Amino acid sequence: MASIASRRLAKELAEIKSEGCPVGINLVKADDFATWWFTIEVMGESLYESEVHTLQFRFDAQYPISSPAVQFVVTGGREAPVHPHVYSNGHICASILGNEWSPVLSVIAVCVTLQSMLASCKKKERPVDNDRYVKNAPENPKRTQFEYHDDTV
Amino acid sequence: MSSDYEFSDEEVDNVFDDDDMDMQDQDSDADSGMDILDDFKPTTTTTRKAYDLPYESLTQSAVEALMAADVEHIRGIFGVDASTASLLLRHLNWNKEKLIEKYMDGASAMLVAAGVTMPEPEPAPSTTSTRGAGAIRRPTRKTKQASPAPTSKKDDGAFVCPICFDDTPGLTALALDCGHGACGACWGAYVRAKIRDEGEHACRCMAEGCALVAPDVFIKDVLLASSEDDAMGEDGEGAATYVRFQELLVRHFVACTNHLKFCPHPGCTNTVSCPGAAGRSVLTTIVPTVSCGVRGVVSSISTSSTIAPSPAPATVAGGKKPISRTNSMSASQELARGKEHKFCFGCPIDSDHRPVVCGVAALWLKKCRDDSETANWIKSNTKECAKCMSTIEKNGGCNHMTCKKCKHEFCWVCMGPWSEHGTAWYSCNRYDEKGGIDARDSQSKSRASLERYLHYYNRWANHEQSAKLALDLFSKTEKKMEEMQVTSALTWIEVGVQFMKKAVEEVDKCRMTLKWTYAMAYYLAKGNQKDLFEDNQRDLEKAVEDLSELLESPIEPENIPTLRQKVTDKTVYVQKRNTIVLEDTADGFLEDRWSWNVSVDGFDAPEE
Repeated sequence: MASIASRRLAKELAEIKSEGCPVGINLVKADDFATWWFTIEVMGESLYESEVHTLQFRFDAQYPISSPAVQFVVTGGREAPVHPHVYSNGHICASILGNEWSPVLSVIAVCVTLQSMLASCKKKERPVDNDRYVKNAPENPKRTQFEYHDDTV
Repeated sequence: MSSDYEFSDEEVDNVFDDDDMDMQDQDSDADSGMDILDDFKPTTTTTRKAYDLPYESLTQSAVEALMAADVEHIRGIFGVDASTASLLLRHLNWNKEKLIEKYMDGASAMLVAAGVTMPEPEPAPSTTSTRGAGAIRRPTRKTKQASPAPTSKKDDGAFVCPICFDDTPGLTALALDCGHGACGACWGAYVRAKIRDEGEHACRCMAEGCALVAPDVFIKDVLLASSEDDAMGEDGEGAATYVRFQELLVRHFVACTNHLKFCPHPGCTNTVSCPGAAGRSVLTTIVPTVSCGVRGVVSSISTSSTIAPSPAPATVAGGKKPISRTNSMSASQELARGKEHKFCFGCPIDSDHRPVVCGVAALWLKKCRDDSETANWIKSNTKECAKCMSTIEKNGGCNHMTCKKCKHEFCWVCMGPWSEHGTAWYSCNRYDEKGGIDARDSQSKSRASLERYLHYYNRWANHEQSAKLALDLFSKTEKKMEEMQVTSALTWIEVGVQFMKKAVEEVDKCRMTLKWTYAMAYYLAKGNQKDLFEDNQRDLEKAVEDLSELLESPIEPENIPTLRQKVTDKTVYVQKRNTIVLEDTADGFLEDRWSWNVSVDGFDAPEE
């Protein structure tokens, strides 16, 4: 199992290094096959102009059958973007990271999806239940059962 | 009330005969030539009581046969193959009527929704499909030759798995009808994760947004092939996962079928069919206690879980009469381990909660969960503010209390207003002041309801505890009797243990009844009916306590014959009392005789 995960991640990493990331996305570190960091920035006109956020990916041995644990980094002066689907602890409520994850998706595909999620945002605000969620949230966002109520943002 | 749960005697016999036979087999083994157990004969011959509902226990394969019949039915109507028919049925939760109706409205939409075929507007990647109107393209295993995987072709044409990027030459792609190819190992891992981790029986194509569902044959092939590969783990894991898959299908079917319920006991895979309790509305008049037919702990499929009739009697040295039970399990172990898998068909309670109906039982359990320990603590550690009734715990300081909520100042000892205490700090030597009496009055009122609850709760809990103790006691008694059997050469003691076992079983059963009568009495509205109910309860309780006491009396070789007679008589009496309680309560539900002091689902609101 582990071999599938590491082979797949090695391949994804090689592709990132040879072909580069899409515009606005940069690889920060990928020293092992457990945790990767990217910076993500929304290009062009948007509510998030000139903001740079850091995304953390964590992989388990079942990747890509099971989805990676993805969240914004909120330590060391970094902050999660203010967005109706992003909690202040960096957790993201996006169906693609949960029940709509598909093994054919990749790390870059997730980055691009999240980038466009930010780009299409109309109003900067935290989720309504932010305080309640952050207070009780598990460390790993994959342990949260999100309810995906809004496909538009 | 209606014929829903009145079955002919014939059917009833079918349901219960097996049990009786077993009992008698055991008995006759135990005392060939002795008729001592005849004492029990009139009562052990189980005839269905008014409060027993007819039901049938089904094994997993029996349920699978039911499923196959449904599939065959649909297959015949629609003219599709069995795999398509079962995917359609699963999609609509085995609701045949709804499926037929919807299928007639639009067959192709149904097929797409069920994950059988691809949506029409999308250009089909498959090259082999016949695109006639309504033609059903069955998802089948296809190799790369038949349908080129669209996403991952290397320039040289070799297949690269888009999931694991394996590009070993000669690797073949597996795909459903959609043509989204992946290697066998990835399919195996994916299907395994779906079934094992998510408990999901519908495995959709791995490609993003593709809704095609893998048919059973595909899943079987993938799993069995993957367990041959070293990459997927131990031998037989694929086969075990496929077994789990089949179990998931059965569970889904059972969950979708009103008159079926899975046995809730851990590891048990039996299902009970009880058409008489299929609707929620009947649950106000009957308590559908059923048993899946298995006894004891199901640890895989081992012989130890069932009580087999004793093997051929072994002869004891000295040429004495044969003694039957020489196999490893003692009667007390049998009692503890061989408990019937009884559960309620109508609610999640996994034991017999007769005589009280599901709605009331659920109310009571909820109250106990929320209240019992807390209520005890509150009762012993707190008082209520005489003015606003807030519950207050005194955790230090003097007796001059000030209620945080209403600012009422009072004395903790006499509960009277502090103003009447003048300057008598730290002491309360005044008794008859009016204020103090009033305060204590109102306090005692609020305590009364707590006391009332605890009255019922303590008796409820006590019966549960006593039932456990009775089992412990029996194992001690049994040991002692077996010792005596060795030392005193009394062969009939063997039979003696049987009468003790019977009695303990009866005590256990009756204590369960008694336990739930307290839950019922707590919610019964005051009146003649409740008085009658409590009379029956009292008679049963008295009888059970008498029998319990008898069981605890010292056992000596010389008093065994009299003890046996007493215990046997008492057991029969207890059985009768238990039947009276159960029957009368059950009749009461049918006649709508009971009224409650709270509002219960399905019953009239309580009268004020």
